[in-house]
Amino acid sequence: MTDVDGEALETSITAETGPAGVTEPILVAEHVRRSFGGLRATDVEHLDVPEGRIIALIGPNGAGKTTLFNVLTGFEHADAGRWTFQGQEIMGHPPHQIAREGMVRTFQLARALARMTVLDNMKLAAANQRGERFFVALVRPIWRAQERQVEARALELLEWLGLAPLRSDYAGTLSGGQRKLLELGRAVMAEPGLLMLDEPTSGVNPALTDTLLERIGALREQGVTVLFVEHDMDVVTRISDGVVCMAQGRVIAKGTPAEVVADPSVVNAYLGTHHGERA
Amino acid sequence: MGRWVRPRAGATRFVLVLALLVAPALLRTSTAAAQAEGPAITGRLVQNGKPVPGVKITVKRGRTPIGTTTSDATGIWRVPVGAGGTYQVTLDRKTIPKGFKLADADRTTLPSVVVQSEGDKFVLFPFGEAGPSGPSDFEELLNLAVGGIKFGLIVALAAVGLSLVFGTTGLINFAHGELVTFGALIAWYVNASGGDGPGAPLLFAGAVGVVAGGLLGGALDLGLWRPLRRRRTGTIALIVVSIGLALFLRHIYLVIFKGNPRSFEQFATQQPWTLGPLSILPKDAVIIVVSVAVLVTLGLLLQRTKLGTAVRAVTDDPDLAESSGVDVKRIILMVWIVSTALAGLGGVLLGTTEAVQWDMGLRILLVMFAAVILGGLGSSFGAIVGGLVIGVISEVSAFWFPTDYKVAFALLVLILVLLVRPQGILGVRERVG
Amino acid sequence: MDFSQALVDAVRAAVGVPAAAYALAAVGLNLQFGYTGLLNFGQVGFLLVGAYGTAITADHGLPLPLAFLVGVAAAVVLGLILGLPTLRLRAEYLAIVTISAAEILRLVVRSRPLEGFTGGAFGIREFADAFYNWNPIPSGEYGVGNVTFSDRTLWVMLVGWTLVALTSGLIFLLVRSPWGRVLRGIRDDENATRSFGKNVFAFKLQSLVLGGSIGALAGILLAVDAQFTNADYWQSIFTFFAFTVIIIGGVGRVIGPVVGSMLFWFLLQGADTLLQQALADSFFGSKLGPTEAGPIRFALVGLVLMLLMIFRPQGLFGSRAETLIEEP
Repeated sequence: MTDVDGEALETSITAETGPAGVTEPILVAEHVRRSFGGLRATDVEHLDVPEGRIIALIGPNGAGKTTLFNVLTGFEHADAGRWTFQGQEIMGHPPHQIAREGMVRTFQLARALARMTVLDNMKLAAANQRGERFFVALVRPIWRAQERQVEARALELLEWLGLAPLRSDYAGTLSGGQRKLLELGRAVMAEPGLLMLDEPTSGVNPALTDTLLERIGALREQGVTVLFVEHDMDVVTRISDGVVCMAQGRVIAKGTPAEVVADPSVVNAYLGTHHGERA
Repeated sequence: MGRWVRPRAGATRFVLVLALLVAPALLRTSTAAAQAEGPAITGRLVQNGKPVPGVKITVKRGRTPIGTTTSDATGIWRVPVGAGGTYQVTLDRKTIPKGFKLADADRTTLPSVVVQSEGDKFVLFPFGEAGPSGPSDFEELLNLAVGGIKFGLIVALAAVGLSLVFGTTGLINFAHGELVTFGALIAWYVNASGGDGPGAPLLFAGAVGVVAGGLLGGALDLGLWRPLRRRRTGTIALIVVSIGLALFLRHIYLVIFKGNPRSFEQFATQQPWTLGPLSILPKDAVIIVVSVAVLVTLGLLLQRTKLGTAVRAVTDDPDLAESSGVDVKRIILMVWIVSTALAGLGGVLLGTTEAVQWDMGLRILLVMFAAVILGGLGSSFGAIVGGLVIGVISEVSAFWFPTDYKVAFALLVLILVLLVRPQGILGVRERVG
Repeated sequence: MDFSQALVDAVRAAVGVPAAAYALAAVGLNLQFGYTGLLNFGQVGFLLVGAYGTAITADHGLPLPLAFLVGVAAAVVLGLILGLPTLRLRAEYLAIVTISAAEILRLVVRSRPLEGFTGGAFGIREFADAFYNWNPIPSGEYGVGNVTFSDRTLWVMLVGWTLVALTSGLIFLLVRSPWGRVLRGIRDDENATRSFGKNVFAFKLQSLVLGGSIGALAGILLAVDAQFTNADYWQSIFTFFAFTVIIIGGVGRVIGPVVGSMLFWFLLQGADTLLQQALADSFFGSKLGPTEAGPIRFALVGLVLMLLMIFRPQGLFGSRAETLIEEP
């Protein structure tokens, strides 16, 4: 596999090739650094995410996973680094633009828009809505048809997530697990090419977790790439095609789930900063 | 806050001595005349000790001319008005002799001079800066800067409480101005004599004002802010509540104390001291000394005592402080009491240089915000630095720009700080956007 | 105590020009604060530039319709100048910046050096004669029972409340659209809204400018009614009254500002009349007389604002779930 410049990459994360044979990685990041007051929060030499795969990002708390997410999606500034999405450089792009380009992220603490209904939450997330332009908004006939389509899709997704009965409830009344599902639903409404999920299963009960994982798997079938932060190794081994492990801001291991789980440096990282997680 | 350039104190002393020698002669004639003609408006025109003769002064009431006169060889002029009332006094600039110049060239008319039904009303048309004996640019700037330091220290003293409250509770208290006014009004009441109040000396009255301020702050925390914090009321709601409180307090003051500006009984008019190029009123010097002393004491308290450390701990991280055994509720109560006591002291000091009135705190509210934001919300040392910078900038701006814009400059600094460096010079909280 | 007189006064106030103007200012503020979550404490500044933009233009002899346009355009410019650098600030800091900006405007417009242009502390008078020439209502008094208005006042009222209806209708259309949905998303969580690809900054700016322009209409209305504009009228207390109005009526509801304003003026005027009577009768003792009615009323407004925020922040028509009160 080669990267966009034709240079040989390090060993890629997954042993297999993508569905269409050899493909470009959808996300490539190099030399990404971010420090807070002397502390190196992120120091990633190289990371690439192959298209159409589910990649898990693991590591003990404080390893810098969320900071990396924030930096790559434009929510935080990097001190240095170069990263591309679908071949385009996106450093310095504002977060909303990166989302429009197809790299959609969710948040660790589910940010339900509490004072809006579940259905409105979903409709808000839809991409390319004509009616969002100020002058167009004044003329209902222009956007009415699209709005119906958006609503239909939103309802469909809510069914798919099992949240349909709650569609008229304020999102603030949802349980933690339901909010996580809503986060996922919204992110999918935004038509992502790369879905970056920050701890999608944390706080979610086992039954809902199963649903979630099933849905994430289904997304892969539709060609969506998924990069997700996860602490639960069961989950990791169940659905991911590849795993990247971070500790203290750096990537310390990558490969298939089996390889990474057995990697001694990974075990050490978890034992060394043990927070009660199973390694 | 208007400032005229002061004549040098040496000249002033000379004039005083001269006046003391000449006054008996003048008084004899003028009192006799006054008794015969009823009340009058009078004044003496001097520049750097030299009398300004031959200047025409006209007195009108509405559109009706009352009388005209010219200043005599000693600069004195007097127009009998016949009865008490409100008059306009106009000075004819064209009659000012060469070598003399009005200190404020635009101020040729005093539009509402109130005359009692008996006695003379003395009004002032200051002259200055016409010849080489006028104060130099450097002197003017220096005195403006010192004025700015004085004003800035008052603002810092009044505003440091704002910073402390924000640091410990996250509340931006829009009613803080009313706490400043409270101290001044209480002090005025205790100080006022002649049926208005007990007539105690200002030192004592001021102390009462400060204590009253602290008590009010404590009552507000216990009765209002603490229950709201318990309910986890959001910051925006708290701000709106503080605005309602400000409206309420301010208009209660208006009802009780009425709208007319007042002043304290002592220290109303003074002669300035001179130290070389510097010309400063004794009370201003006292303000500077007191402010610095109190602020330094506060700083030491915060840095060196257990209480101060607890306050700083709560400012940094209330949860951590709580789990380290700090009684956060008690600390917050103490912070409120100290903050409002300081605000009250600021009000008392402010009342010695500006009028004591119902909205005096509102008038400086935004300037106080400017000071604490410039210095960094949450940092008491920052409030001092911010206050000084704001005070000096706004006073010194009068050297180049019309005085109308002094406050506007302070506010401009405020806006710029929030845009460029929101945490201010010594800021505590980083998240501003 | 003459309650019928108080009632008459209160009803007159509730439908009068100030009520319409406050309603307009509140409609604009509701868009900014109620729907978008922008804490604009400088709304009175928009009223000021609307009033002065119109007055100065008309005073220079230009036709009044053009003067109205200039007033609104001035508000648009103010919104851009204010919004571009400041909308990224957090709510409390935006509040301070906007209140300072409005105060700077007031001080500048009031200053002596600009007296030739803005009238300084004296303001500008008698610039809207043309407006009264357009009055189609024949001269006379009109009204129901004791509640009567001159044809002149009725004309201004008609125009004012028509503007209220039109702008409310505009807001109604907008908030039901996808554009309005984005505003509500921003109100709840800016970052989440960004993560769906919405340019949060652009939406906030549009909300600020539109809300401010509607506020300018309020300023123009008041200035035309009095045939006078003067810096000391446009003080920060006005903005806080507008906030009171929208909180009474219900934040984030289209009908809120309108009902809120009418109720606010009804109560304010009714209380004024009753207080004046009570004070004249030395009801509260001899030290307080009718001149105290004004400040007592405003003290009550402050108290009501506090109580509202504490006990019924959603006002009359708001929904508790949608009100910006508790931290999530």
